[in-house]
Amino acid sequence: MDLTTAYLGLTLKSPLVASASPLNRQLENLRILQDCGAGAVVLPSVFEEQINREQEILDALIDHGSESYGEALSFFPAQTFASDTSNHLALVEQAAQTLAIPVIASLNGVTESGWIEYAQDLESAGAAAIELNVFFVPSDPAVCGSDVEKRYTDIVAAVAGEVDIPVSVKVGPYFSSPGHMAGQLVRAGARGLVLFNRFYEPDIDPATLSMQTSLELSHAHEMRLPLLWIGVLAGRSKASLAATTGVETADDVIKYLLAGADVVMTTSALLRHGPQYMRVLVDGLADWLTARGLSSPADIRGKLSHSNVGDPETYERANYIKVLQGFAQH
Amino acid sequence: MADNTGTLAIGVQATMDGNTAVAHVAYRVNEVCAIYPITPSSPMAELADEWSARGIANIWGNLPVVQEMQSEGGAAGAVHGALQAGALTTTFTASQGLLLMLPNMFKIAGELTPAVFHVAARSVATHALSIFGDHSDVMAARSTGFAMLAANSVQEAHDCALIAQAATLRSRVPFVHFFDGFRTSHEVNTLTLVPDEQIRAMIDDDLVRAHRARALNPEHPFVRGTAQNPDVFFQGREAANRFFAATPGIVAEEMERFAALTGRRYRLFDYFGADDAERVIIAMGSGVEVVRAAVADLNRRGEKVGVLAVRLFRPFSAGHLLAALPQSCKAIAVLDRTKEPGATGEPLYLDVVAALGEAVRTGARDAMPAVIGGRYGLSSKDFDPAQAKAVFDELKRETPKNGFTVGITDDVTGLSLTVDAGYSTEPDTVVRAVFYGLGADGTVGANKNSVKIIAEEAGHYAQGYFVYDSHKSGAQTVSHLRFGPDPIRSPYLIASANFVACHQFHFLMKTDVLKLAAPGATFLLNSPYGPDKVWDKLPRGVQEQIIGKKLKFCVIDASAAAREIGLRGRTNTILQTCFFALSGVLPRDEAIDRIKQAIAKSYGRKGRRVVEQNWAAVDGALARLHEVNVPGAATSGFERPAIVPDDAPDFVRRVTARMMEGAGDDIPVSAMPVDGTFPSGTAAWEKRNVADEVPVWRTDMCIQCGQCSFVCPHSVIRAKYFAEAELERAPAGFKSAPVNARGYPGTQFSLQFYVEDCTGCGLCVEACPALSAVEPGVKAINLADKAGLVEAGHASIAFFESLPVNDRARVDFANVRGVQFLEPLFEFSGACAGCGETPYVKLLSQLFGDRLMVANATGCSSIYGGNLPVTPWSKNHEGRGPAWSNSLFEDNAEFGLGFRLAADKHVALARDLLGQLSGEVGDDLVTAILDAPQIRESEIRAQRERVAQLKTKLLALQGNATADHLLSVVDHLVRRSIWIVGGDGWAYDIGYGGLDHVLASGQNVNVLVMDTEVYSNTGGQASKATPLGAIAKFAAAGKRTARKDLALQAIAYGNVYVAQVAMGANPQQTLEAFREAEAYEGPSLILAYSHCIAHGYDLRRGLDQQDRAVSSGYWPLLRYDPALRDVGQAPFRLDSPRPTLAFKDYAYNELRYSALAASRPEEAAALLAEAQKLIRDKYQTYEDFAQMEAGPDASQAIGAARRL
Repeated sequence: MDLTTAYLGLTLKSPLVASASPLNRQLENLRILQDCGAGAVVLPSVFEEQINREQEILDALIDHGSESYGEALSFFPAQTFASDTSNHLALVEQAAQTLAIPVIASLNGVTESGWIEYAQDLESAGAAAIELNVFFVPSDPAVCGSDVEKRYTDIVAAVAGEVDIPVSVKVGPYFSSPGHMAGQLVRAGARGLVLFNRFYEPDIDPATLSMQTSLELSHAHEMRLPLLWIGVLAGRSKASLAATTGVETADDVIKYLLAGADVVMTTSALLRHGPQYMRVLVDGLADWLTARGLSSPADIRGKLSHSNVGDPETYERANYIKVLQGFAQH
Repeated sequence: MADNTGTLAIGVQATMDGNTAVAHVAYRVNEVCAIYPITPSSPMAELADEWSARGIANIWGNLPVVQEMQSEGGAAGAVHGALQAGALTTTFTASQGLLLMLPNMFKIAGELTPAVFHVAARSVATHALSIFGDHSDVMAARSTGFAMLAANSVQEAHDCALIAQAATLRSRVPFVHFFDGFRTSHEVNTLTLVPDEQIRAMIDDDLVRAHRARALNPEHPFVRGTAQNPDVFFQGREAANRFFAATPGIVAEEMERFAALTGRRYRLFDYFGADDAERVIIAMGSGVEVVRAAVADLNRRGEKVGVLAVRLFRPFSAGHLLAALPQSCKAIAVLDRTKEPGATGEPLYLDVVAALGEAVRTGARDAMPAVIGGRYGLSSKDFDPAQAKAVFDELKRETPKNGFTVGITDDVTGLSLTVDAGYSTEPDTVVRAVFYGLGADGTVGANKNSVKIIAEEAGHYAQGYFVYDSHKSGAQTVSHLRFGPDPIRSPYLIASANFVACHQFHFLMKTDVLKLAAPGATFLLNSPYGPDKVWDKLPRGVQEQIIGKKLKFCVIDASAAAREIGLRGRTNTILQTCFFALSGVLPRDEAIDRIKQAIAKSYGRKGRRVVEQNWAAVDGALARLHEVNVPGAATSGFERPAIVPDDAPDFVRRVTARMMEGAGDDIPVSAMPVDGTFPSGTAAWEKRNVADEVPVWRTDMCIQCGQCSFVCPHSVIRAKYFAEAELERAPAGFKSAPVNARGYPGTQFSLQFYVEDCTGCGLCVEACPALSAVEPGVKAINLADKAGLVEAGHASIAFFESLPVNDRARVDFANVRGVQFLEPLFEFSGACAGCGETPYVKLLSQLFGDRLMVANATGCSSIYGGNLPVTPWSKNHEGRGPAWSNSLFEDNAEFGLGFRLAADKHVALARDLLGQLSGEVGDDLVTAILDAPQIRESEIRAQRERVAQLKTKLLALQGNATADHLLSVVDHLVRRSIWIVGGDGWAYDIGYGGLDHVLASGQNVNVLVMDTEVYSNTGGQASKATPLGAIAKFAAAGKRTARKDLALQAIAYGNVYVAQVAMGANPQQTLEAFREAEAYEGPSLILAYSHCIAHGYDLRRGLDQQDRAVSSGYWPLLRYDPALRDVGQAPFRLDSPRPTLAFKDYAYNELRYSALAASRPEEAAALLAEAQKLIRDKYQTYEDFAQMEAGPDASQAIGAARRL
């Protein structure tokens, strides 16, 4: 079965992409993912805060106590410091050299400051594309929606302006008009949209009166929202569409493809079952297509998108009423 | 070679300190460097190690081998061996380090082995240790047979390093190349680098091959290093004479060859001054440059003076000296930067007198000029042109003083010369700037940066010298910077500055900041008050100086700006920008551009973010800089407060306070102790106020557990319990709570915080287990802004101190809660904020302080424990306290054993004499004293009372020789607690031989090793305690061997009490180990995990990190108590549970580990895996040992120690 797929102008051998996760920090895991049929891998995100904080902390630690006492003007050998970010660059470089499939680097940031230049470093290290993960909580109630949207597009434009490789954008669903926002992002330079980012939602521990910051893995039921918007945008946006969140089985992959996704990304399932699970998803997709006499994912892509569905109403309010009414009748 | 001159590169102008300038050459012309850290030479060795780790080659294109040794003695041995095996070999050292090398130096010279030892000359410890510069170390080496070449400046040190190397290869005589410690080794100055091609041209490869050919080689064997007898030793010693005789000529020729290559000409004796000079000073080292300045000025004024610089001190060439000395010279003053008590003069003086005497005897010179000798500049005492002029003036006198001193006031023997403090030779073309900063605020770093920026501009020269105070936390720095159109040859402090910056507002209340301001100077103040408000906040004296000297006064709130930009207290870039804007050293726009370039260069390795933040600081600085409209008259109603209160002891007011306010140079000889003895407990008078945030107590939440005071590194938290009735006289705001333990009705508990002595480290907050159930993040101790707490605290502390001290006999020593009620007799030291060592030291003082003798190895603990101006070792309310001394770095175990031997001897003597006096004293008392058990505190107290009774009786027997004799040793009848204290550099490396011997002796001494796993005091060089996979200086590529298991090595003796503790993981186990060690009748060793600034993380997390060290199994808690075997119990106890944490989760919280993971990830991963395996194996071994009824035997312990 030929699962070849185009994404961000790249040719992938399958529409399954292993999205950014700690799993992808190990070169060995990346090899397994490739061998198990992944079309591409997204490396773990480097966070703007990580780049900045790391630099600040390194600066503070190297200098702490220095030039203060005559016998000990410093405490560490000079010139031996490299940050985690340079480690990350090394990983990108190694992965790009080792793997035959495209290596997508991920950057996560919310401002337009110096970290953006890091995109160039990623490009130089051999990344085939950059997935820009923009996420912030507009916790200041005085900030209006258009300002938030502008911030997104400014960042996208800034990063896209830095590099020649394609830039995709991973965003959350919380815009007044996600479809319009998607258009703005594409105009700002995004070649692809990754839908959706899962938001950081802290918990509270009543025992210690402190905030808890653990992140839960996603579940299949969470795929409805991205499924909806992939379906709405498919065929209407010039950008490649990547679906993410809640992919647990090959059926989930197929659903996203039917809605119109160019590629389908998964993290949680791989974290739960190990990188070899990629094979289950890829084979599952191939088997499904074969069983129906189909020869390519292109045969099903977007068949149930908003544009293609015979009854677009299913994507809209009327359907919602039906569902609610149906639910009430149970 | 020399004939290649035409093709050689031109030297580039660079800016660096003397150590770097020397190491640059030494590294390039050697194959092996055997190194050991010692201030101020350590940076040379560090650079060699770093360059080697980075793969930088020498002039032959190969990588020098850099090997750290266990001591300077070891380094010298390795040098000797490498030389004998044919490698070009060098080392770097100073002071005591050079003295430890002496035996090998005699050998190396006796065997005519070419080598250069580069020495940053430093005082040898006598009545006190000093890290600063003079020639007492090199003078102690002058009989070794080494040639000695003195360099007087950064440029000369760079050049002479090469000349010495070329000369040693030709002459076969080894060289000490020396330059003044700190003054030259640490002065940043502009120099012209010798390009590698010229270095290459100076080194004759035939001579290198000849050196190799003389090496030991089994292919053509010979024997070198025989033992000789009366028949031939003497002749053998004389056989080498011609080599030494030829050396001056060879050096002179190499100097000429160097001149031909570089254009910089040196001579064995260089004369500067009038051709017809009548008065001449002869000197060596940086002082020569100072005298040159005076000579030039005095000759301009019509005097006839000169200075003769001695470059080649050994072999001393009288002929060259006489040739260089003008015939017109009638009077000579020879300046020695050393003191040789009891001699007829200092060494250089004696050499000059002998040379002149011989010249007169042989007729080479008609008459003997008047020659006097004098001492100057000991321990980097500043030596300036005014002092040089005073010496020239003395030479005018009919009967000038011989053996004079200059630079001090000797009101005892009257040897000092009077100096005209107003005399200056500074040219108007030189901008002189002085900056007062805190160590933590980056002032020095920025100034080093400024020096580079300016010196790298064509036609500009710059010099920077930095004065640090003696504290490791909250230290004040004073930067002395000169900028000008000509090379700057002024190796002395600025006395008259045309720019003064005070980077910390509160310094105005402590120091006479404007003392150095010249009339019309610019004064930049970092002030929280704006231009309209600042005037009223200044002490009157400051206002008067601003008006009187017509200063241009500018302010900036750099601290607020730094906060806004996110630079967290680093005001350096902001203030640096202001300096450039105000001083006009460079055109403003150009200066700003250059600052930004410099930021990108120097911060580049820390990342773009840091660069951008600092750029933002530059951009934001000038908008915040304001000139203050200075009123016509002083209006302030307050003066700079007295440095200590009037009720301070006389010595503190006369001596200590002067040092504290930076006026120690003015203290006369008569005020100083004659033998280095100082009063205890003077740190209590130094209220340093270094913290912005200090702990505040919540009485309602406190569980009175004592953890906070237990871990406080500066003894700032004190606890007492007292009768509730006392509260009637308590001041408002005094905090206390009812004692929460049963059995104390009507008793209150109070914690007091000496916030003026607090460094704000936050360890107390981290240690506090009482977390609020309703207020998020609130504990029973929380840090809060200090503003407003100081004044309120004074009355509370005064009241607290008036409360009765809790009776030691009633305090439960057995738990942490009880220990808080024991007076700490180690307080308010200058250790780093959050220091991991001092809580152990304090605990020692609490448990045994009133009968404690401490032998302290040189290192951090001797510095925060004994570096003037103040002393943190203190006395209790009865006047008793630790008797503390520091001998050396290498001999501390032996030094402490000496305490034991003396104590044992005097205990025996006292007991014997007491027996003889039983008739006079009374049998009952004698028996009670002789039979007294002295383990529990109550028993000690009872014995004290008996001894007090005995003293009374003995005093009544005055005149009875036996009684008088007994009185002199009677104090020994109270059992002393003898502790040998030091760090891992001492215990694992330089002092290990002695420590091993002392442990093997079976004597009753207690050893406390505060293990930071690096040489902390000298800036973090690797020791044998440094763990596998961590970086450190001298292990820049990561340590490749596991740390030595000193615990198991000691356990192998079978009769040594051994404990491994970590206060942050288990304070109770720490406490028990200290008490058991002290009670054990034999040697004991405690290895105490001490977190350290050199580990690279926020020390506020130090306790947590200690816990992780234990939880990961990296630092298992254990006790080995041989006494348990006697009661049928297993002596080896493992006090920490099986590892629950991966080593990575401990280690990678620290920069020393994570740096390697970042720079060499694959190697770091392999080392991490190896370390993890070692930890697993070690824990298993320890578990096995704990199961053994009799504990491990020697072979099992040693076997395991080797294996692990």
